[in-house]
Amino acid sequence: MYQEIILEHYRRPLHAGLREPFDAQVQHINPTCGDEVTLRVSLKDAGAEPVLADVSYEALGCSISQASASVMADMIIGKTVGEAMQISDEFLKLMQSRGEAEPDEDVLGDAVAFEGVSKYPARIKCALLGWMAWKDATAKALGERETGEQA
Amino acid sequence: MSAAGEVTTAAGGMRHRDAFDVETIRSDFPILGRAVRGGRHLIYLDSGATSHKPRQVLDAERDFYTTHNAAAHRGAHLLGEEATDAYEGARARVAAFLHAEPGEIVFTKSATEAVNLVAYAMSNAGTFGPQASRFSVGPGDEVLVTESEHHANLVPWQQLCERTGATLRWFGVTEDGRLDLANIDELINDRTKIVAVTHQSNVTGVVPPVAQIAAAAHARGALVLADGAQSVPHRPVDVTALGVDFLVFSGHKMLGPSGVGVLWGRRELLETMPPFIFGGSMIEVVRMEGSTFLPPPDRFEAGVPAAAQAVGLGAACDYLDALGMDNVAAHEEALTVHALEALAGIEGLRILGPLDTSERGGAVSFVLDGIHPHDVGQVLDELGIAVRTGHHCAWPLHRALHAQSSTRATFYVYNTHDEVDALADGIRQAQKFFGTV
Repeated sequence: MYQEIILEHYRRPLHAGLREPFDAQVQHINPTCGDEVTLRVSLKDAGAEPVLADVSYEALGCSISQASASVMADMIIGKTVGEAMQISDEFLKLMQSRGEAEPDEDVLGDAVAFEGVSKYPARIKCALLGWMAWKDATAKALGERETGEQA
Repeated sequence: MSAAGEVTTAAGGMRHRDAFDVETIRSDFPILGRAVRGGRHLIYLDSGATSHKPRQVLDAERDFYTTHNAAAHRGAHLLGEEATDAYEGARARVAAFLHAEPGEIVFTKSATEAVNLVAYAMSNAGTFGPQASRFSVGPGDEVLVTESEHHANLVPWQQLCERTGATLRWFGVTEDGRLDLANIDELINDRTKIVAVTHQSNVTGVVPPVAQIAAAAHARGALVLADGAQSVPHRPVDVTALGVDFLVFSGHKMLGPSGVGVLWGRRELLETMPPFIFGGSMIEVVRMEGSTFLPPPDRFEAGVPAAAQAVGLGAACDYLDALGMDNVAAHEEALTVHALEALAGIEGLRILGPLDTSERGGAVSFVLDGIHPHDVGQVLDELGIAVRTGHHCAWPLHRALHAQSSTRATFYVYNTHDEVDALADGIRQAQKFFGTV
């Protein structure tokens, strides 16, 4: 489970810290252990679809949850919301696979390292904490844009 | 380990004498023979969450189903009678375990439900006439808890206050996790309706001075409920000497089945306490316009009771009494002393709670510099060692002790000194793996 790539991200997390500007901020908690992540999303318009200009976060938790947030931020910053959502869906599928999936490294990049986590049901929530926070924050940011456009 | 149950620990060459032959006890627990990750032996240090069951308990439950099964308190047939006898026999057995009267034992599904029963009974008091006034709570009244409670003995009281407009107050804790009683005279006052306090912390093992708190509460006319989930399984508890009005605990933490818990209450209080869950078995007369209710304990046991589970709990009481609860307590104290010593020698490890066993039971929670409890637990699990990680349903206590979460080892009758050493070794391996030392 503890792939070197995971330990590496845990020791030296990428894109950590909360940054300005941001369009939405959320805080997610894993109620079974109290782990927390505060995450901000900043969107910018570029072409047909909004792009993730920045994803910044502060994570308080185990190696799996911290490394997962780091890998996520590194993969999705600069991607369109649609592209990031596709990666997120693929990651969720991997986590629900109980170790039976054949993850697509082209889509998941470093996140394939979390394949082993899917064999430990108690740890899946740890790996998903950052991703769920990102999804929530993005939905919030998009919602606010829509409200803003209507007003 | 020698047949006499005497071991030499790796740590300091100290000798521990067990209060009973642990190997014989272990042979009663089938699950302890199974292999876990990588074919390793199971080292189970999570009995504070739930204990394992000896075959005597499993046999008693199975025997109920295979020979007497019927809905207790119903049915004009032989099996119905036998099931009722078995269920009421279990009630008497649990009562004897606590030095209580059978009529003072209410079976619930858990300790959690037992706390909720009292909390909801109190908010139901308004509709149960003047005789229930002792239990009524409203604006201006106070409910007193402690910062060290398990969520099960905290959230139901928060909610009682939300429903009734009463005010929740609490004892804080000191740096070593003991209750801070400095302001007891202010906290327990004429507005206090009930004091709910743990009889042993599930995180720090702290045993608060429940008798002292109960005496102060009674002097002001308040009720007192003790959460015995972590005490009743581990040491002798005599409710007549404890000084409280209510004691709750669960069966599954004391070698019994899950799905059965106990509320013990003073008879004279149960007589006037309003019911919580309504339905069959608890009524006296039912008319379309309204109903009346049975005396306790039946008034608090709506629905077909969990008879097999109660019977299993009775068998667990037999098992524990045969060992002798004084011996159980002595065995766990020796393990706790050993664990506190072994863990204190680990660099970068901080124990939450007192460092000696004075007024302290066998829960040893700790934090490690630079390693999250989940990761400690994962490394230990790979070694076959089962511990609890997280906040152990005591989030406010963790905050008070400046810990985001912790790793916890808890001990019971089947644990050995070798297992304590394995824990200490495992922690060191985790430190090596994560490169923190």
